[in-house]
Amino acid sequence: MSAIWAILRKEWKSYFVTPAAYVVLALFAVIAGFFFYSMLAYYVMQSMGGGMFGGGRLDVHAMLLQPLFFDVGVTMLFLLPMVTMRLYAEETRGGTMELLKTAPVRRLEVVLGKFFAAFGLLLALLLMVFAYVLVVWHYAHPHPGWASLGVAFLGLLLLGGVYLSLGLFLSSLTRTQIVAGVTTFALFLLLWVADWVTAYDNGRFAHIIAYLSLTTHLTNFVQGVLDVKDLVYYLSLIFAGLFLTARRMELAE
Amino acid sequence: MLEVQNLSKSYGPKLAVDNLSFSARKGEILGFLGPNGAGKTTTMRMITGYLPPSHGQVVVEGIALRESPIEVKRRIGYLPELPPLYPELSVRDYLLFVARLKKIPSAQRQPAVDRALERAALGEQRQRIIGRLSKGYRQRVGIAQAILNEPPLLILDEPTAGLDPRQILETRNLVRSLAGEHTIILSTHILAEAATTCERVIIINQGRLVAVDTPENLTHRVKPTDTLQVEVSAPAEAAAAALRALPDLTAVEVLGQHQGASRLQVEARTLAAREAIARALVGAGWGLRELRPVELTLEQIFLSLTGAAAGAPNVPVAAAPGEPQSEGEV
Ligand SMILES: Nc1ncnc2c1ncn2[C@@H]1O[C@H](COP(=O)(O)OP(=O)(O)O)[C@@H](O)[C@H]1O
Ligand SMILES: [Mg+2]
Repeated sequence: MSAIWAILRKEWKSYFVTPAAYVVLALFAVIAGFFFYSMLAYYVMQSMGGGMFGGGRLDVHAMLLQPLFFDVGVTMLFLLPMVTMRLYAEETRGGTMELLKTAPVRRLEVVLGKFFAAFGLLLALLLMVFAYVLVVWHYAHPHPGWASLGVAFLGLLLLGGVYLSLGLFLSSLTRTQIVAGVTTFALFLLLWVADWVTAYDNGRFAHIIAYLSLTTHLTNFVQGVLDVKDLVYYLSLIFAGLFLTARRMELAE
Repeated sequence: MLEVQNLSKSYGPKLAVDNLSFSARKGEILGFLGPNGAGKTTTMRMITGYLPPSHGQVVVEGIALRESPIEVKRRIGYLPELPPLYPELSVRDYLLFVARLKKIPSAQRQPAVDRALERAALGEQRQRIIGRLSKGYRQRVGIAQAILNEPPLLILDEPTAGLDPRQILETRNLVRSLAGEHTIILSTHILAEAATTCERVIIINQGRLVAVDTPENLTHRVKPTDTLQVEVSAPAEAAAAALRALPDLTAVEVLGQHQGASRLQVEARTLAAREAIARALVGAGWGLRELRPVELTLEQIFLSLTGAAAGAPNVPVAAAPGEPQSEGEV
């Protein structure tokens, strides 16, 4: 246990003495902020039009927040590989892997320490997004429901967890950061668009592939629907990534 | 204390370590000597649990590494060839991290870090960022990291490689000061280093054990005769003639003359010959200024041992550049 904590603290120190974490936080704030701004502007335009034609009130959750959450998912897809690509590659290259592997700790403790450290950064990113959401909540009448916002937040957190866990594993496979970064990004992109197959193919195989898509499972969360199937999907991907990383560490260089 | 039993490691088809067995006694400094590529780093990585062996096993204080890796790792402090440092951390933060990693209880962490800083003479550098330290200081941070939890066994992989002569001497003194409390295994490809720092030396070449002994015994093993240098206040030819008359000397060679004194080198079959030499020269009415045994350098021992074992082409003959010349002799 204490080793997980030790690695988590060390990682956080490293994140914030190097520009990496600041760059990711700043880029994320800018990109998510831009999405938020453009969707808000679009929403305002739409609702003014709606008012003119005497239509009912537009649904803030469906029209503004859901697309925003999806775009946050896309932004994480681009930015989180930059966080995970260095996690192992740097230890292998800098020789510190010898310290971690010869210390009296289990491999899984090392993996979990790194994962939770990155997860902390993810939490910070998502809290920034929820600052935007709070603004919407304040001005929207009726207020969007807390429960559905919470479910969406949980969904994004789990999605980010999947990114981090798989990224960590890919980073453990290579000593080159850029190779780790590019393969991670490619894998995320594939998982993200996998549900497109159902657009032109309705066979069983296509549905299996679509089931693997990260997007399919995010949809329920974003709509405020908590489904065990989605939970199981995300959690099992997270556990698989962590387990594989620990196994990978046990093998020779 | 440490038992290495039939350890082997192959990288694909290449056998880097071949059926290596040796042991280390409590409190000794054991030198691990061999040319580059001999398999020193690979062996140390297997002892520390970084690499799984292909065959054989490692036992530390009666505990097998394979059965209880965590228990064994707790007993080992390891300085890899490349010190495992995080350049962005300060010396103090780094050592506190290692202390947590090594599961030192929180109350003892700060004292342990302070003690390691003091032992490695790093007190002044504690707040500095590791990436900005000189190579010598970084090496010391690596050593401080290894001794942090007072492990009974210290494994140091070429601790003086790449340092300047002054740092080399400092590091050797540091290593010697750590002996006694710790059993130390130190690898080097510099023969003089093993001779000056270690009590026993293991020589390996191409992954195989060549010899295990004290530096002095290795000398005797390779060369049973006694080589002596004599300085005497007499004409060189006269002195040489007097020495050639003695029964136990196999060779007499004039090295030179200087200000009325001559220097000669002789090979003696027995230790008693030393007394005969002194008696003969003093009896002839000359002044005997010096009678000194010349020991083989480890370079010569090494060449002789590994040459016989494998005909190694790349054995280092000279000490590394920057090595103080006076240390070339045993
Ligand atoms: N990771 C590796 N993969 C393949 N071969 C290796 C690896 N590490 C070392 N070797 C080979 O094993 C042999 C022993 O290397 P090493 O243990 O580093 O020797 P030393 O430390 O004595 O210089 C060398 O021939 C080296 O090329
Ligand atoms: Mg080596």
